[in-house]
Amino acid sequence: MRAPVKSPPETARRAAAPARPGFVRGALTIAAKDLRAELRTKEALNASLAFSVVILLLFSFAFDPTAEQTRALAGGLLWLVFAFAGALILNRSFARELPNDCLDALIASPVSAPALYLGKALANWVLLMAVEMVSLAVFGIFYNAAWTRRFGLLVGVVALGTWALTVVGTLFSALTVNLRLRELMLPLLVYPVLIPALLAAIQLSGPLALGEPLASDMMVWLRLLAGFNLIFTALALTLAETALVG
Amino acid sequence: MREKTLIVLCIVAAILLAHNLYVILLVLPDEVAQGPIFRIIFLHVPAAWTAFLGFLAAAVASALYLVRKDLRYDAFAVAVTEVGLAFAAANLVTGMIWARIIWGIWWTWDARLTSMLVCWLLYAGYLMLRHAVEEPTQRARIAAVFSIFASVDVPIVFFSIRWWRTQHPQPVVWGGGSMDPAYWNMLFLNWVPLLLLGMVMVVIRLRQERRQRELEALRRMAHAL
Repeated sequence: MRAPVKSPPETARRAAAPARPGFVRGALTIAAKDLRAELRTKEALNASLAFSVVILLLFSFAFDPTAEQTRALAGGLLWLVFAFAGALILNRSFARELPNDCLDALIASPVSAPALYLGKALANWVLLMAVEMVSLAVFGIFYNAAWTRRFGLLVGVVALGTWALTVVGTLFSALTVNLRLRELMLPLLVYPVLIPALLAAIQLSGPLALGEPLASDMMVWLRLLAGFNLIFTALALTLAETALVG
Repeated sequence: MREKTLIVLCIVAAILLAHNLYVILLVLPDEVAQGPIFRIIFLHVPAAWTAFLGFLAAAVASALYLVRKDLRYDAFAVAVTEVGLAFAAANLVTGMIWARIIWGIWWTWDARLTSMLVCWLLYAGYLMLRHAVEEPTQRARIAAVFSIFASVDVPIVFFSIRWWRTQHPQPVVWGGGSMDPAYWNMLFLNWVPLLLLGMVMVVIRLRQERRQRELEALRRMAHAL
């Protein structure tokens, strides 16, 4: 006769279950995982970097801008390059999780959906910032711009603009990951939503990338960019559960 | 809604529109500065109001869908978005015709024009997104999230573009003067038939969505058998 199986006491069972990671811890774990995977394969990073350098190079010899023209072009050119490079990185962010059903595993993991989303956004932000710093150096060489003169402010503005791009882009990347026309739909949806942030970032980066000080009336753009980031970060975190799980 | 109600609504809208057109074209005098082309405002402005009303309704319906998970809200959202988009297009086209006569150009990156175009692009993106998703509940969920994003974005777009343009010299500004009460009344009076027309179009579109769902259900049943 078999002895009846005793269920372990309640406390022991609870101790055996893995602890649910906190929000920040979970987000950082996901970000670290994404960065590690990307640094080992470098698929999105290489494509994005090569693409931005090629665009900067093409622009430089297609238009051969004078110093005066560069002044008018700089902000717009840089942010177009960043936006295109960003789309390449954002597309891979969730598409990478499709083989072997990794996305389902992530959703089933103890990390909450907003934390999962935030981790992905953070990893995308770090990758895109790296690409942008290299692009800025290339821009400085080809366009003879003193971009390092206002380095701190410029990096601040680029960081804010890039966060706007990644916070909207990562959520839409999650939404569109299963679609037929994923690679096309993502930029089509993200860019119109991003217009206010892009306008602000273009206005602010133009003078800074050439080492010129910001005019006093530029504060309104800084506020707009910060406000955009706040609103859309909050909205994206609220809708992350819906976007990822349904 | 019953077929007869729809037809009655259509007839009322047609009579009102015919009456309004008569007043607009033959009774009201030309505007002093702009001449006869001024009359386009009576279609242009109410079309914009109708479009924004549609987008607002779409945002509410999308939020309701996410809360209640009822596909009828999704059907309503797509119906009002499509109709709103049509009115927004009417607004853009009439605006361009007016601009060609008064400003001498079809298009300028003026704050209001640009905001409306961005708005149009956002909601056109919404419809394209819907086309790219096959499964109905997945489509409803994705579209609802995007619609909420778009509705939050529209006011920000409006303000940012206004700031953007005020930084540049403006070639043309529509002098913010006052309008004669007779013109104002007509503006609201002409909104009524456009709203009725919009309502009828939404109801017809909703009916299409329902039939579509029924068809899909029948098809699934046939497959199961």
